[in-house]
Order: sequence, then C-alpha cells, then structure tokens
Amino acid sequence: MKLNRRTFIGTAAAATAALYAPNVLSQAAGRVVVIGGGTGGATAARYLAKDSKGALDVTLIEPTRTYYTCFFSNLYIGGFRDFASIGHNYGKLVSEYGVNVVHDWATGVDRDAKTVALAGGGSVPYDRLVISPGIDFVDGAVPGWDLSAQNTMPHAYKAGSQTQLLKSQLESMPEGGVFAMVAPPNPFRCPPGPYERICMAAHLLKEKNPTAKIMVIDPKPKFSKQALFQEGWDTHYSGMIEWIGPDFGGDKVEVRPDSMEVVVDGEAMKVDACNVIPKQKAGRIAELAGVTNDAGWAPVVPATFQSKADENIHVLGDASQQGDMPKSGFSANSQAKVAANAIRGALTGSKVFPAKFANTCWSLIDTNDGVKVGASYEATEEKVAKTDGFISQTGEDAALRKQTYEESLGWYAGITTDMFG
Amino acid sequence: MKMLRNLKSRLRIAAATAAILLGLAPASAQIGDADRGAEVYNKQCKSCHMLGEDARNRVGPHLNGLFGRKAASIEGYRYSKDMQRAGADGLVWQAEQLDVYVTKPQALVTGTRMSFRGIKDSEKRADLIAFLRAYSDSPQDIPEAAPTADPTEHDVDPAILAIVGDPEYGEYLSGECTTCHQASGADQGIPSITGWPQEDFVVVMQAYKSKARPHPVMRMIAGRLSDEEIAGLAAYFEGVE
Repeated sequence: MKLNRRTFIGTAAAATAALYAPNVLSQAAGRVVVIGGGTGGATAARYLAKDSKGALDVTLIEPTRTYYTCFFSNLYIGGFRDFASIGHNYGKLVSEYGVNVVHDWATGVDRDAKTVALAGGGSVPYDRLVISPGIDFVDGAVPGWDLSAQNTMPHAYKAGSQTQLLKSQLESMPEGGVFAMVAPPNPFRCPPGPYERICMAAHLLKEKNPTAKIMVIDPKPKFSKQALFQEGWDTHYSGMIEWIGPDFGGDKVEVRPDSMEVVVDGEAMKVDACNVIPKQKAGRIAELAGVTNDAGWAPVVPATFQSKADENIHVLGDASQQGDMPKSGFSANSQAKVAANAIRGALTGSKVFPAKFANTCWSLIDTNDGVKVGASYEATEEKVAKTDGFISQTGEDAALRKQTYEESLGWYAGITTDMFG
Repeated sequence: MKMLRNLKSRLRIAAATAAILLGLAPASAQIGDADRGAEVYNKQCKSCHMLGEDARNRVGPHLNGLFGRKAASIEGYRYSKDMQRAGADGLVWQAEQLDVYVTKPQALVTGTRMSFRGIKDSEKRADLIAFLRAYSDSPQDIPEAAPTADPTEHDVDPAILAIVGDPEYGEYLSGECTTCHQASGADQGIPSITGWPQEDFVVVMQAYKSKARPHPVMRMIAGRLSDEEIAGLAAYFEGVE
C-alpha cells in the first residue's frame, strides 16, 4: 500500500518550493526515508534535500510536531531558558527544502521489500533508510522503576513534558527537602548531562530552597568533566550536593515510586523529588528493524554509518555503536553530514569525501560559568576513533568561563539552524 | 612516537593510494593492532603487570586506567624514588610517553625499578600500546579520555591533495563549521565567518593551525585541515552572504 500524498504535512508548501521540491512523479534518483526528527534525522534530511537539489526524494518520519532539544533542556530546569526556546518545528524543512515530513510513528521495517510501516496505516518505500531514533530505556535496569513510574519519578532524558515535570517537582519540594538522581551506567546519552542537571537543579534550589539537599546515586566510579563539576559544586553549591559512587553503594540502588523512597545498598531513604535515568539502548525501531546487537545498540560501518546488518540502512546518533564518539547532539549532527554525503554518493553518483567527525559538549555550572570538552574523530577500519581533543581546566578565570558559556549560546543557535533550516 | 608516526604515515600513504585506486575514502590508522599487542603483552609484560577485572599490583603496578594516569599515582604500590619524582614533575602516561618508556625504560625514568630490556621494534610497541589502551577509559563514555588513533596527516596525504581546489569539497567541509558558525552570518557568542576576504580567512585559519591563536576548538578544527582544504573553505565562505 502506497502512502497517500494527502497525508503528507505541508505538501502544498513543498510544491511552492521549486528549488528543492522533490520530484513527486518518482523520477528522482532515489528515495531516502529518515526515521526520527531529532539531531541526526533532521540534519540528515536537510542536508540530503539541500545538497541533492531535488535529485533525491526525502521523507522524514517523526511523530511529534514540536521537537524539544535534549541539549539545553537542563538550562530550562535551571531557569536559563524558557521552555518555548528549546522547541523547534519542521516547517522550514518542508517549505524551504522540500522534505516530505510525515507526523506518524514508524512501526516496522521490511528490509526485503524496503518499506517502512506507519502506525497510521500504509507504508513508505525507500532506496536508502536512515534510522535516527535516539534512545529507549532498558526494562528492569533500576529495580522498582519502569515507564509506568515516569510520572512520579521522571527520567527527563527525552526532552518535553518529562523535563517540565522534573522542574515542577523541584520547585514544589518542601523547604530543606531532598532531591535524588539515579545516574545511568555507560554508555548513555550525553555523558556530562546528568551532572550538568545537578548543577542546574542546585542553581534553582539555591534561589528558592537553599537548605535543600541533592543526592546523586551513581553506578560509575567516574564521569566526564568530573574535576570541573566537583570544583563547581564546591564553589557554587557548597554543602548541597552529595555524590554516592559505587564504593558507597551507588551501584546497588532500588526505587519505590509509591512511597517516594530510594534504597541505596539496603538503606531506604524518603525523598521529595527523584530523577531516575535508567540504563539505555537504541530506540525501539532500530531493534524492530533488526539492526541492533545483544547490547541493544546498532553497530555501523565507521566511514558511512551504514548498519553492519544491512547496507541500505544507516543508523545515526545515540542509537549507533560506532566507537569513540560520545552519544550527543553534536555527534549526531556530525555523523548525519557524513552519512548524507555517502547516501548522495551512492544514489546520485556525487563525490564522496573522507569522513571527518567532531564533537563538543558544553555544560553550564552556574550563571556565566560554562565549561566544555571536545574532540575530533576519524574513521578507521574498526571504529570511529578519537584523534585529538581538549577540555576546560579547573581554576579558569571568570572571563573565560563566561566566554565559554556565550559560545554555547552561539552553538545552540548554529546547530538548531543546521538541523531545521 | 615521531618515528612511529613517520613509518605509519608512509604506510598510510600507500594505503590511501590504494584506496584512491579502488575509489574508497581513506581511513585513519588506529595506534596499532590490539590483537597482535595482546601477544606482546602475554610474552613480555604479563609476568609482572596485571590487567582487567581483579587486576592488582604484583611485581609491577596494575595497568588498568593507565592512559591519563599520573606516574607513580597508584596508592599502595611502592614506586622507585625516580618514578615518584617523575610523577611530581608532571609525567602523565599517554601513548607518546609509553612509547618512549617501553623502548627503554631507563631512557625516560633513570632510576626506575622496572628491569626490562625494552622493545626496539616500533610496530610491536604500537601494537602493545593499542592493546593496553582498551583497558583505560573509553572516549565514548569520558569524552576527554586519551585518543585511540593518530590523526591523518593531511598535508602529506595524497588522497586529500588529489582534491585540491574543489569548490564542492569546500562546501562539504563547511558542514563542520555551520554546526557552530551560522550560515546566515549571525554572530551571537560565536563569530561570523561569512563574506570574509579569502586571504584573511586563510591567515586566521593558519594561525589556529600553528597554534598561534589560542582557542582550543578552532586549533583542533584547523589542525586537521590541509592548506588546500583551508583555501577551499575560504573560497566557499567568501561567497556566502
């Protein structure tokens, strides 16, 4: 069953975008379907449509109409951004680039027939498929927690209503109350994310509820930018934050959402707000497409991000297992451009250039106190390998930290434009 | 490491040339072959140094988390005075330091208690270092962890030289810039790079490449661009309004 063109959102607008309009009579050199309108998927769709100048028919399947970026959602929690400012829509991808945006869930991939099934019925045929679904959570990873508990103990690790819920829980904590975070094991989306969130929660509470306490229960013995975060916790939030690593039972945790209790190494504690960030795996559609491994991630060929299970499928971003790149929006954006170049090459015969990848993660510790870690990566035979990098130093002066924060604002504007046009 | 790099860049040129003939994109090189490195470790290191789960100090200190570790910093291991001094002086174990140390330990730390004759074969050392690297932090989890490969030396790589002055290539490379620098020329927090005279663009990028200008992100980005790639970007961005 072919997808009815009338179900495409903004088809009329696409028809007016003569420059990049896809050839609806299927004389296009190829059909590319992108599942997931986050950083990897939106970037891939935009670059495929923009650079092929109408030679490729690009369809983006994404259930939500407004996409809230995970990056900078912590800044919303801290009060540095309003919620609307991290929301983006797909209007320009349709009107300026001629991408067919379908707001629906992809429910399956028939790899032999090369079609994607939609929840709303029908299927979309492809020559190349890009799967960029982000993460899902591993069931039972934190005893006592499953998705049904997310309204009591939010994960807030997919931005949107979950982020709003966590913020409102922090705001309604009683005076001197306790906020607990259960941090995830490696590998997970945004390695500095949980710890930046702790800073932002502390910033919020310091203003409204200065005697409140924050506990981080962590299964990992160390984490990214640890020295920078711990310096910031001492300097800005002295006495508020306690980090409990595996040496003190951080790897033996259970939660009881009904009674708002957290049990660490057998000892139950009553808490007032709780953020559970469970162990992660590739978004479900990657698993349904049969491109994931036992660990739950999708192994890819480093130079092209083609699935090792199917050369007609590329997996981008957090869901992919590629090697050294952290799971981050910056990484997904970088990977999407490499994959788009490879896909265009395969379908239209355009030049394929060597793969280069980069990542930078900025984190905000407190007002005007920004830090960053970044690296460049290249594709080897075996994996995407780190070749160079840098990190902010402890003890940097306030002017440099302010400049780093301002740089992150510029990056946010840059990457969201790069994704959505 | 210099020698290692020279040898490897020669190998890489050969590989890149072969890749061009096959129409493939060239690949960067891992530090060494970890599988072969495991054999070196088993034959020459294992009797004194433990690795992996349950590793503890024996005759020598355990080697988990070695990369990025300050010399003489494992609590409870009795290091030589010279090794302690080296740690206090700021010796941190990375591929380059390990390569010198494994060649001849006394050449790096004169009074070290490691009585080992050294490995003269640079390829064997690279393999061993690649093997040991897997027992330290992964950059996927800790982005600041040590690199796992040597960067492609673009200025000597004929795969890159072969595409000199390709404007399409400049546009492709610009994708890396526009993650941060807006194509519209907006300059909030991050400067605009559009509409610059080509010469100015090249001078600034070369200054980052030579590390004369301080910004770490730009040093890293410029450091892996060849002169021709920088020229291509300059030509592309000059025309972006």
